[in-house]
Amino acid sequence: MLEAKTLAYRYGKQCSWLFDDLDLQIAPGEIVGMSGPSGRGKSTLAKVLAGYLPPGRGSVMIGGRPLQGSGHCPVQLLFQHPELAVNPRWKVGKILQEGEEPTADLCKDLGLEPAWFDRYPHELSGGELQRICLARALSSGTRYLLCDEMTSMLDALTQAHIWQIILDIARSRRLGLLVISHDTTLITRLCSRNISYFGDTVNH
Amino acid sequence: MTINPLALDRRTRTMMVILGCLILFSAIFLGAWLYGEQGQVTNLALRKLPPGWDQPFGTDWLGRDMFARTIKGLRISLEIGLAAATCSAVIALLLGLAAATMGRIVDVAVTWLCDVGMATPHLVLLILISFACGGGAKGVIIAVAASHWPALTRVIRAEVMQLRTSDYIKLSHRLGKSPAWIARHHFLPHVVPQFLVGLLLLFPHAILHAAGLTFLGFGMSPHTPEIGTLLAESMRYLTTGMWWLAVAPGLALVLSAMTFDVLGNNVRALLDPKTLRE
Repeated sequence: MLEAKTLAYRYGKQCSWLFDDLDLQIAPGEIVGMSGPSGRGKSTLAKVLAGYLPPGRGSVMIGGRPLQGSGHCPVQLLFQHPELAVNPRWKVGKILQEGEEPTADLCKDLGLEPAWFDRYPHELSGGELQRICLARALSSGTRYLLCDEMTSMLDALTQAHIWQIILDIARSRRLGLLVISHDTTLITRLCSRNISYFGDTVNH
Repeated sequence: MTINPLALDRRTRTMMVILGCLILFSAIFLGAWLYGEQGQVTNLALRKLPPGWDQPFGTDWLGRDMFARTIKGLRISLEIGLAAATCSAVIALLLGLAAATMGRIVDVAVTWLCDVGMATPHLVLLILISFACGGGAKGVIIAVAASHWPALTRVIRAEVMQLRTSDYIKLSHRLGKSPAWIARHHFLPHVVPQFLVGLLLLFPHAILHAAGLTFLGFGMSPHTPEIGTLLAESMRYLTTGMWWLAVAPGLALVLSAMTFDVLGNNVRALLDPKTLRE
């Protein structure tokens, strides 16, 4: 179980809390959606949950224990722009192996072609690169995937394809998924539960 | 559309340009070595000859072969440039890394030093330092090394800072990589090309400033056939119509400085994955 307990975050002491007293649970195998207007802290929440940012208050627990600062993090974050999430001076093969050598099955499921491995990231398309990032995030130690607008810059066909793959993998490995998106149709389609903490604040 | 069988792709062309530059520089060193004492030998029978078949750059008022002197001058310039640019680039690397990684106070201090270094007129600083160090090759090298690091320091500082906040570095940490691993595999491949290209592009500055210092009389002693010395000497003879004394070494100096510029830009193109395969 991935849990956020009375979680709060702010950028700097002068800023107001971006979110405060936030509780959230994601069980293994559960697919949770999160939508809300821009600038309310959805991405920041994802970064805190994945350990990219230290919580301002409260804590992130995984299986009842606090999230570790070092070692392979069981919560992996997928970014909106895959080209910013890979080192531009590395070849794709090296990028893939940064997490753990992906198994042949995973490569086949994601449709990764061996011809890509000898290329640089800018020589792949956005969809191809996002699948590379996905393969890198899916090490055997990964239990939860946080998808921060991860398909919003791709066309509908590629989106559908990538989500199909993720759902299959999540089902077979019992991964917990947090889907952050502006696309409410996508969220209703994919998720069993939808959180909109951030939507409420703006309605008042 | 016809395809020229001799047309080369950009990568091959870049490689050939780099090779050409390197051959030119080795030719200067080889030439200076082969000429031996010839640039210093006076031959009063061959005084004040304009450029011709036997003396491509002419001879001076003591009958010394200007071509030999120019080649030797270039060699000294290259040596000084190499030493000064390397020192400068190493200073820049250390300061840039320190500024980007050792906290706010160090960063403010280094940035302030950079601003001071860049705001001071170069030549004034060069003359001061060279004079304080007693002139000669040592003075020139110290002066050029001490005044040329700010620009590259800023580049390296900015590069490291940008890397530190980039998503893929943080992601690497979340994939369980140690700081040492990240430094070796993420930072090094970014900083080394910046350093190498910065070093190469420092050369023309170093060479030109070294020659300038010598020309003004604050650099090498008048006996050394450095390009700056040659130019300073030629001043007295220009009015008597011996134009080749200034034009030939001057052109050679400008050309070798430009060659380094071309070399630097081509090495950059070769090291950057975005242009690597074009």
